Amino acid sequence: MNLLGYLRQFFDDPSYRSGYDGIWTRMLEHCEYSLIALVIAAAIALPLSILSGHSGRGDGAISIVAVIGRAMPSLGLLVLLAVELQISLTVTMIPLVLLGIPPILLYTHAGIRAVDPAAVDAARGLGMTPWQTIRQVEIPAALPLILAGLRGAAVQIVATATLAAVVSFGGLGRYIIDGLYQFDYKQVVGGAVLVALLSLATLLVFWILDRLLVSPGLRAR
Amino acid sequence: MIAASVFDLPSYVQSSFLGLIVTQLEVSLGATLAGLVISLPIGQLCSRLPKFYPPVLGLVTVIYSIPSIALFVLLIDITGETETTVFIPLTLYTLAILVPGVVDGIRSVPPNVLDAANGMGYGRVRRYLTVELPIALPTLMAAVRVAAVSSLSLMSIGATIGNYGGFGDLFILGLRVFDSKLIWLGLISLLVLSVLCDLLLRWVQRLLTPWARTLRSVG
Amino acid sequence: MITFENVSKKYPDGTVAVAGLSLEAPDAAITVLVGPSGCGKTTTLRMTNRLVEPSDGRILIDGADSRSRPVAQLRRGIGYVIQHAGLFPHRTVAENIATVPRLLGTDRRAARKRAQELMELVGLDLAYAERYPHQLSGGQQQRVGVARALAADPAILLMDEPFSAVDPIVRKSLQEQFLQIQAEVGKTILFVTHDIDEAIRIGDRIAVLREGGHLAQFATPRELLEKPADAFVEEFLGLDRGIRRLTFIPSNGLTLRADALVKPGVELSAAQLDLPWLLRLDEAGRPVGWVEPTRPEETPIPIGHPFTAHDDSLRAALDAAVLCPTGWAVGVDGEGRAVGVVSQEEIAAAIRAAHQATLEDAR
Repeated sequence: MNLLGYLRQFFDDPSYRSGYDGIWTRMLEHCEYSLIALVIAAAIALPLSILSGHSGRGDGAISIVAVIGRAMPSLGLLVLLAVELQISLTVTMIPLVLLGIPPILLYTHAGIRAVDPAAVDAARGLGMTPWQTIRQVEIPAALPLILAGLRGAAVQIVATATLAAVVSFGGLGRYIIDGLYQFDYKQVVGGAVLVALLSLATLLVFWILDRLLVSPGLRAR
Repeated sequence: MIAASVFDLPSYVQSSFLGLIVTQLEVSLGATLAGLVISLPIGQLCSRLPKFYPPVLGLVTVIYSIPSIALFVLLIDITGETETTVFIPLTLYTLAILVPGVVDGIRSVPPNVLDAANGMGYGRVRRYLTVELPIALPTLMAAVRVAAVSSLSLMSIGATIGNYGGFGDLFILGLRVFDSKLIWLGLISLLVLSVLCDLLLRWVQRLLTPWARTLRSVG
Repeated sequence: MITFENVSKKYPDGTVAVAGLSLEAPDAAITVLVGPSGCGKTTTLRMTNRLVEPSDGRILIDGADSRSRPVAQLRRGIGYVIQHAGLFPHRTVAENIATVPRLLGTDRRAARKRAQELMELVGLDLAYAERYPHQLSGGQQQRVGVARALAADPAILLMDEPFSAVDPIVRKSLQEQFLQIQAEVGKTILFVTHDIDEAIRIGDRIAVLREGGHLAQFATPRELLEKPADAFVEEFLGLDRGIRRLTFIPSNGLTLRADALVKPGVELSAAQLDLPWLLRLDEAGRPVGWVEPTRPEETPIPIGHPFTAHDDSLRAALDAAVLCPTGWAVGVDGEGRAVGVVSQEEIAAAIRAAHQATLEDAR
């Protein structure tokens, strides 16, 4: 298969070793902006969905957001904002954050709603304030689903950041888009493989977080 | 008339509006269908032999997390810049939604119902077709709806490797000529199409599960 | 003491869950709230720790209005046990039990020690301390729930159908252990159940509630069985009310005949040959079975179930007599050794005598 050959060419090429087009630079760029977008998306979505899950209200609104998030084409959103507003880093960050919100919202809300109502009732009855109930019972018990939502958001953000190269964003998508336009297939393959590896690394990070943070009591099966 | 001018695409778009709708539906819904055909046996296997489920689930989750543009471009080497290059990854992505959908659907069939069917002398195939599938249908159809809407949206990324993105083509072209009207057209058309598909699939579900209709009217 | 002063709960849609309830749950005793579904017993319980706020009336806990303190503080001084335990799945057994002490500021080490003390009190092997709830059986989870409620040594305990979700055999064992624990700790307990037998078995006072939250009767179990206040209470008590009343009459008035006992290797006396049945014993003095005097070597007829002489009630004696094919009940001591036997006729006579005594008391 030619793919391996292209890959070797890519990694052998000195122009991708360092500088603004270097693999490490692009990788860090991609990670940095993905992480920032994830943090902002979580800062918006987590409080909203924790409260909506705790109070039991907002099921309908959350479902609607979930559907919109699923149906919204990331490329369309990126391109729309670039053309309507301007092509800039800040503008590009908006769809990254927006597309990260629905998974976090959906999973966190569902996770908190799924916490054993008897446990929440017992927590209240034993004398926990609402905040203590959320912090000491609901969040830890919902953690597997909360992490799943964050993971889904991370994956979505990494993918959208890759696409953002069409509106002049850097990151690993740069190799793919530049390679396509320059008919330089080794760049394309290099970029695609790198971004695939980054996604796998993201999954790995969340797998580790899950094993570290989730109580053994929740691994019933 | 404004409406007429909106749907008249500029000539550099290598397709008519209707043509875009057709391509969009063909590829996305085709991929969803293909994904379903693959997921049914895999899901059946995973529910019969639960040991297989975690690795299978892990595999489809990993595939799903790889950005679509990466899969599209990697496939160019094998299938060239064609519609198939978009079709295959789209199908693979639906597996992450449909395999769990099939498994959950089968698991939603109460074991005592299966027992009753066995007790009445149903053969394996007949039981599968006339008892298990119908009961699993609501869960399964919910997953199919999610997969369909997802595919419709993901297909647009195919525009980056050529005009195989359905309405996604309008996004790339809109960017190139800096015309936001084209982009709005693409977005809204895609969203409307998604809603219509969702409604159509709900209608199909109602057709296939007549007892659920009665339940709703009684309860 | 928990005092309910004309407490009501009405919902905006018009439903009345509790209607003007007034009663006093005495200190260091188990007060049971019992009734059919919709009688407001759980609502009443939940108003005590303000999980539900009363729409009218007030609840006094040891004289102080329950609304005079901040809610969280109030609840930390009241133990709360619910039907499906409601254990925190992400915390170990020990951490669950230590919940309220930790809320009150106890440090981790002291709280852990307290958790261990309570595990011993409720009969849980200390090896379970680091386990998680999903690793425990239903009965064990309930015990953790009770331990968790007692951890901060509250004066009051609220229990909402705590033993209803387990199977009957486990339930009986939990009830017995619970009574033993209460004998040790002497809490003021409000106990909700829909099972009238459970109420009679464990309650010191029973409040029978009617649908719509009205108090039908508030009395001791014996009073309830002897003098139900109205037709509703009577029907709720069920059909064998008369026989269940016998649980409260002791059997120590019965004369047990030791002459029907036959030890191994001992010759039968002439007097024994006149008796309808003889009871064979083993070397240790425990009953083996009944034999006819004319055919002493035949396989003995099993005795069914003995009753504990002097300690058990008349009901246990009657039950033993009815159970046995020969119509005689066997009385045993604490170690299972036969003390004597008594016939159904003698037990019936004792029941009549008890009735006479009640009639005379009434005059």
